[in-house]
Amino acid sequence: MLRKLTLALAAAALMPAGMVSAEGKLSIYHWFEYIPQELLDKFSAETGIEVTMDTFDSNEAMLANLKAGKMGTYDVAVPGDYMVEIMIGEGLLDTIADGELANMDNIETQWLEVPFDPGRKHSIPYQWGSTSFSVNRDVYAGDIRTTAIVFDPPDELKGRINILDSQGEVMLLASMHLGIPQCTNDREQLKALDDLLQSAKGHWASFNSDGAKDVLVSGDAAVGMIWNGFSSKAREEGANVEYSYPREGLIVWMDNVVLLQDAPNRDNALKFMDFLLEPENVAAVTNFARYSAGVKGVVDLLEEGLKSQPEAIPPADAPAGTFIQVCDQATQEVYDAIWTRLKK
Amino acid sequence: MTGAGNDRLNRSGAFRSVRTALLLPSWLVIGVFLLVPVFLMLVFSFLTKEFRGGVIWEFSLAAYDQFIFDRGLFGDEPPTIEWTYITIFCRSILQAAVATVLCLILGFPTAYFIATRDSRHRMVWLFLVTVPYWVNLLIRTVSMKFLIRDNGPLNELLLALGAISQPLTLINTDFAVQLGLFYSYLPFMVLPVYASVERYDFSLSEAAADLYAGRWTILRRVVFPVVRPGIVAGCILVFIPSLGAFLAPDLLGGAKNFMIGSLIEEQFKGNAGNWPFGAAVAMILLSMVLIALMIHARQQSRTEVG
Repeated sequence: MLRKLTLALAAAALMPAGMVSAEGKLSIYHWFEYIPQELLDKFSAETGIEVTMDTFDSNEAMLANLKAGKMGTYDVAVPGDYMVEIMIGEGLLDTIADGELANMDNIETQWLEVPFDPGRKHSIPYQWGSTSFSVNRDVYAGDIRTTAIVFDPPDELKGRINILDSQGEVMLLASMHLGIPQCTNDREQLKALDDLLQSAKGHWASFNSDGAKDVLVSGDAAVGMIWNGFSSKAREEGANVEYSYPREGLIVWMDNVVLLQDAPNRDNALKFMDFLLEPENVAAVTNFARYSAGVKGVVDLLEEGLKSQPEAIPPADAPAGTFIQVCDQATQEVYDAIWTRLKK
Repeated sequence: MTGAGNDRLNRSGAFRSVRTALLLPSWLVIGVFLLVPVFLMLVFSFLTKEFRGGVIWEFSLAAYDQFIFDRGLFGDEPPTIEWTYITIFCRSILQAAVATVLCLILGFPTAYFIATRDSRHRMVWLFLVTVPYWVNLLIRTVSMKFLIRDNGPLNELLLALGAISQPLTLINTDFAVQLGLFYSYLPFMVLPVYASVERYDFSLSEAAADLYAGRWTILRRVVFPVVRPGIVAGCILVFIPSLGAFLAPDLLGGAKNFMIGSLIEEQFKGNAGNWPFGAAVAMILLSMVLIALMIHARQQSRTEVG
């Protein structure tokens, strides 16, 4: 009896992976509300591949889930720039060999060589944009092109500020406000960062990422740290908000489709990546998410309003964008301590 | 179960093995879903953290050290008592306590009301109490947020009635969190209290009244002692989940201040990625709850003996 059971278990364990995962499937691990269902249906119709998707709400949550035993269940994920670098370091990403992607040449030249994935060996661009803050112009008419709006706000904005619940972006914006480098290991600078956040917290109403648009539309917040496309959606939903391009600096980010290590359907994952490098398909994502694609020939396929939206066209004197840097362990631990102190 | 046939003559032996077999499912459930996870958590809390989540299999007390001692922002100052986490625990306990008291104040009369209705109508009232619970907790919490926001229906109603001249700031306050917890867990108070009030023999009240006890005295000296187990059960059922809640603090409190639940969540889902510390905080919370329950159980058995 026991022997039979052992044999059955052994047989199950030895079954080749191809038999367990039926052919023609693709499993995606994606951000919430970031890809139109019609586009997934189109992919299924074109290839006959059945698509399943789980969603996450932060890069860190995705990493935690993958590390807690979800590797081998998903084929592709969509991490942000710095998270791609972390995932490469953790050995979670498979390498895309030369020639495996037919549409690699469609990537815009400026996004081919990126600091977080040199040579684009593991990832392709999905969408990119900037992170800053938007201000309700009914409440405040003054100059908003300064990070002081968030960290040292004028009286009418005090207590009406929503902050993204995202350590990396808050730390970078605060560093820009102080004019100190990211991931600094200078103790005075780190102390100043801590002091700044402690004093600014008194002016903040809430930390909310997935509701960053809603708090602006509902009027709960008059200032909201936000991603540019999300701010554009808030404006279209009737909020009189203006997206700020602060003189102190602008955070840029890029989300990327990555090939996960141990992907159960590697070939289908590559087909999906090629699919997303077709201008027509990635334009559908941009029209939905209202950020920018990193693929050539997309501009002509965008909706009219998108081409002229102020959230995607920085003024001529706007500073160049800065990516979030991956800090070393010692600095990251101080960042974590500052973040916990901020929320204690 | 091949051994059962041999024991057929030995009745007590057969009974014992049947009993074992029948208990097996519950032991499996308790073991697999309770003991194993808690044991894993205990083990993880004594391991070394791996940068960006995960553990290294080396014994370490760092997680508990971090909870107790403050070594400054850079971790090299002489240790002093760490108030951060104590503050977070006290805040959570306070919020949960306020929510429990609110639940009791509204839940006891509700349960009393239902229990004193006609038996045909009781089921309808109980049914009505549970109806909101068919909706997901997240959705109920978000709805609460819509109700109490600055220009939400509640403020508009109060403004229209002339009760206030300025909208009340309710959202992103401690009160909003307490309200959310209260609303989330109210039936956990109503149902056990109802169960004990229903069994209460109202002739006791009549007897007390005949002996010239006033209404308040009857409630305090006769009703309360009899239904006390239901009240205690209700308080435990409200207080404990409130203690670990993170939806209400996040959505209604603006996520500005960690509660125990969100502190633990941050260790697994946030940048910190400090699994041993998350496990340690969970263990400390679990121990506190267990000790409180044990003290309660001991007092309970003492009063029963006395």
